[in-house]
Amino acid sequence: MDIWLMLSIPVLGGLWQGWRGQHPEAPWVNVLVSALTLLAAGNLLLEVARHGVVCTVDEQFRLDALSAFLVGLTAFVGLTTAWYSRSYLLHECEQGRMDGPRLRLYHGMYQAFMFTLLLALSTNNLGLLWVAMEAATLTTVLLVSLYRTPASLEAAWKYFILCGVGIAQALFGTILLYFAAEKRLGEGGTALLWSHLIQVSHQLEPTIVSLAFVFLLVGYGTKVGLVPLHHWLPDAHAEGPTPISAVLSGLLLNVALYAILRTKVLVDGALPHSFAGPLMMGFGVVSMLVAAWMLRQQHDIKRFFAYSSIEHMGLLTFAFGMGGLVASLAGLLHMTLHSLTKSAIFFAVGQVAQRWKTHDMTRIQGILRACPRLGWGLLLGALAIVGFPPFGVFTSEFLILTTALREHPWAVSPIVLALGVAFAAIFGQVQSLTLGEAAGVENQATRPSMVPWFWHLVVVLLLGIYLPPWLLQAYRQAAHLLN
Amino acid sequence: MSAWVWFFQLIQGVMALLLAPLLMGWMAYCRARFQHRRPSSLWQPLRQWIKLFHKEVVLAELASPLFRVTPYALFGILALTAGLVPMVLTDLPLSGAVDVIALAGLLSLARVILALAAMDVGTAFGSLGARREMLVAFLAEPALLMVIFASASLNASTSLSKMAATTLDRGFYLYPSLAFSGVAFLLVLLAENGRIPVDNPETHLELTMIHEAMILEYSGRHLALIEWANALKMLVYFSLGMVLFFPFGLSRGGSGWEIALSFIGFIIKLLIFGVALAILETVSAKQRLFRVPEYLGGAFLLAVLAILLHDLLGT
Amino acid sequence: MPHWNPVPFAQQLLDLFAALLLLIVFAMLSQRRILTLIHLFALQGMILALSIADSAWLTHQPHLYYSAALTLGLKGVILPGLLRRLIGRLGVVWDVETLINIPTTMLLGIVLVIFAFNLALPIAHFSHTILRNTLGIALASVLLSFMMMITRNKAVPQVIGFLAMENGLFFAATSATYGMPMVVELGVALDVLVGMFIFGIFFFQIRDTFDSLDTRKMDHLGRD
Repeated sequence: MDIWLMLSIPVLGGLWQGWRGQHPEAPWVNVLVSALTLLAAGNLLLEVARHGVVCTVDEQFRLDALSAFLVGLTAFVGLTTAWYSRSYLLHECEQGRMDGPRLRLYHGMYQAFMFTLLLALSTNNLGLLWVAMEAATLTTVLLVSLYRTPASLEAAWKYFILCGVGIAQALFGTILLYFAAEKRLGEGGTALLWSHLIQVSHQLEPTIVSLAFVFLLVGYGTKVGLVPLHHWLPDAHAEGPTPISAVLSGLLLNVALYAILRTKVLVDGALPHSFAGPLMMGFGVVSMLVAAWMLRQQHDIKRFFAYSSIEHMGLLTFAFGMGGLVASLAGLLHMTLHSLTKSAIFFAVGQVAQRWKTHDMTRIQGILRACPRLGWGLLLGALAIVGFPPFGVFTSEFLILTTALREHPWAVSPIVLALGVAFAAIFGQVQSLTLGEAAGVENQATRPSMVPWFWHLVVVLLLGIYLPPWLLQAYRQAAHLLN
Repeated sequence: MSAWVWFFQLIQGVMALLLAPLLMGWMAYCRARFQHRRPSSLWQPLRQWIKLFHKEVVLAELASPLFRVTPYALFGILALTAGLVPMVLTDLPLSGAVDVIALAGLLSLARVILALAAMDVGTAFGSLGARREMLVAFLAEPALLMVIFASASLNASTSLSKMAATTLDRGFYLYPSLAFSGVAFLLVLLAENGRIPVDNPETHLELTMIHEAMILEYSGRHLALIEWANALKMLVYFSLGMVLFFPFGLSRGGSGWEIALSFIGFIIKLLIFGVALAILETVSAKQRLFRVPEYLGGAFLLAVLAILLHDLLGT
Repeated sequence: MPHWNPVPFAQQLLDLFAALLLLIVFAMLSQRRILTLIHLFALQGMILALSIADSAWLTHQPHLYYSAALTLGLKGVILPGLLRRLIGRLGVVWDVETLINIPTTMLLGIVLVIFAFNLALPIAHFSHTILRNTLGIALASVLLSFMMMITRNKAVPQVIGFLAMENGLFFAATSATYGMPMVVELGVALDVLVGMFIFGIFFFQIRDTFDSLDTRKMDHLGRD
């Protein structure tokens, strides 16, 4: 019942926004709906903590430790981004880049997007998971092209076609999985239910399951932004409104990775030897290297951080590919920290871009002088994402690296190389952005809105300093589900 | 028994020689009817050739012996192939001797001889026709071979008699691969016999003609023989198609009645195929020569798909 | 004598439909005219619906009949109709241009088919359903449609390629398995329909912005 409540809030909110999304109160309603969603999600989390698993409708919907933690994260970032987009949109309206219909589209699609993410996380049916992932593309694609500029249309078209093709591969993988499962579980609804599949996973036909996994990895991997399927990601991040970049990086990529993880567990159960793990590790390392390399060549500030997202997704894919309790736990921790940090960075970047009226990093200088709060915001966010010690990213990266050193030493040097290159690139770039004389500022009017940024970074910092035992216990439970 | 068999072989040869002009006549008749023209008689091709046999042969001064021998060689080769394809009986002494790949070889031998002869006199049209003919041939032959392979792998034999017998044993059965290679075969048949999407047998337009350009220098009985050989080729292709794709009605020997019935069946099938081809030629337009590679490429593709499908679908 | 075991007529018919689907994808690959492309797509939808109905009859799965009706309505009638109207409103009359010439595309297509068939062979061995071997054909059609999307540079043929790929996937779902659960099928159909509408919106946006539906004009990102 609680799952229904959580899912229906964004649906109703989206409908309302589709009706009255252009009115002045709409941004506040957006925040309110997101807050209610977070409350419902929190309630569910408590329930999961009490009972372990929450199910409804013949197990079509099911939350366990893994999905519950992601539901919490999604609802949280959804709320902060809704808060942030309020001031962002106000500014865009003043600049004349937004008008009534676009606002309505934005607000309606924002809630619809949140709904698809929550649906993907809370469903137990792998087919529905696919439907939700495809719907997530559909809801965001019009947001990417919201400004109707040639570049944004191109980005949206690329996003649509590439993710559409990718997701089609995932559907084929899902079909193959169903094909393997129905022999054990019989036809009809239950053969796609993850909780049933996991019980019979050792009886599934290994050939079919491994082939299915390849298709699923390629399909959902396109959405995760794994190299070489990543081409849509920097474009979509750069051309859409910044709050959308924040939720794409912070949430969509996670949920896509979650879909891969769910199937990986099944494959590990079905195959006597490790098959999914090495494949994911390979994809992960390649993604990290390519993304780090590409980072150095970027001039557009949003593309720059989008490549950083690819790099972190590569690291995550690698960590989950390694498997084992420690690596999975570190991966989950890193997933949380990355989505909080990266969306915080995008909150700051969006405001920088609004003030300087450009995405070109060569024309932005001296943010600290021009607007100290924003400058510190970007600087601290960048420090957090490259893994400076007090921040949590350091802990998770350290855990992943030490595990890799013990179990897969071959991978350590490319990972360290990629992390090093990315570190140098981000650090150097952010230095030139924040320090020095203020130049090129075009718009000084409003005070920066740092509330969502603040909450994100506080959590990241706290997690780096002290991981409360109950949270560790929750992570451990989730990591158990991955092994 | 063996004398009987050889007798049937002889009968089939004679029958083919007579049926070939009638088939051409029948197709011309049908086409004329579809195009609302007044049809000429069924016997018209035969009459025309007889007339040509009575005319004198005019030879170019530079013509080599090859030019003079070609009509006879061509006629001989095609008469032989007509004896090889089972038309009424599945098993004939000669058809056991040569399999379907050799048959394709014989057909291409005939073409090479004709192309050489066309170039022999050195006129512009002859060379042009020969070149175009070879262009068509080098694309059509692989396609034909692929069609043959598809059927051969289905029936596990390259002997036409055995292929027909196997299909007969099996009874009616829907084969996707056979459907594909059937369409491919039709495309090849049209191209190889100079029918409408590739060549138009009725015009002498220098921009488009292929076959007619090659035989422009021939006259008298030479021309008659070449045209007769050409008609035989059509008949051979028709009966090859029947054996590969629709052998029902073929007799395996037995009583005289059965053979007579099979003969009637063969005639009916010929009539139907003739009508179908005439319809096809009436509704479609001739393609540009540069589109021919694409057209035959399509045929090749279909045939390859047929083989792949057979591999996948098995049975 | 070759190995020979007869299968029921409905099964033969299904094999034939599968082969026809593959043939249609090839025809799409080689097609130059956009309207013919849409007609081929409609034909594909109809044959898909027939094949689903056939497998419903073969396996006595009543829910597949609904699926067939849904496919016929959506993919045989509605989507092609929408596309045709879209073409009319966009005033698109041009022929389709391809990036690679057509014979080369065909040869690449053959290679893809061989690849797909080989990939599907091991699966076919494991299958206990009577609808076994068609999975390779479905995979081949998916890959070929994918190739069509790559080799075409106009937006509309790309989208038709996308929809054809969806058809191939649907065929895989109904032929290899007894059809996905109804919830999933409805969800997929909804996604396709919504996607189609978004494509339609996109066509207009792209044309208004670029004065053309040529996606080659959209290659400026990532060059900085």
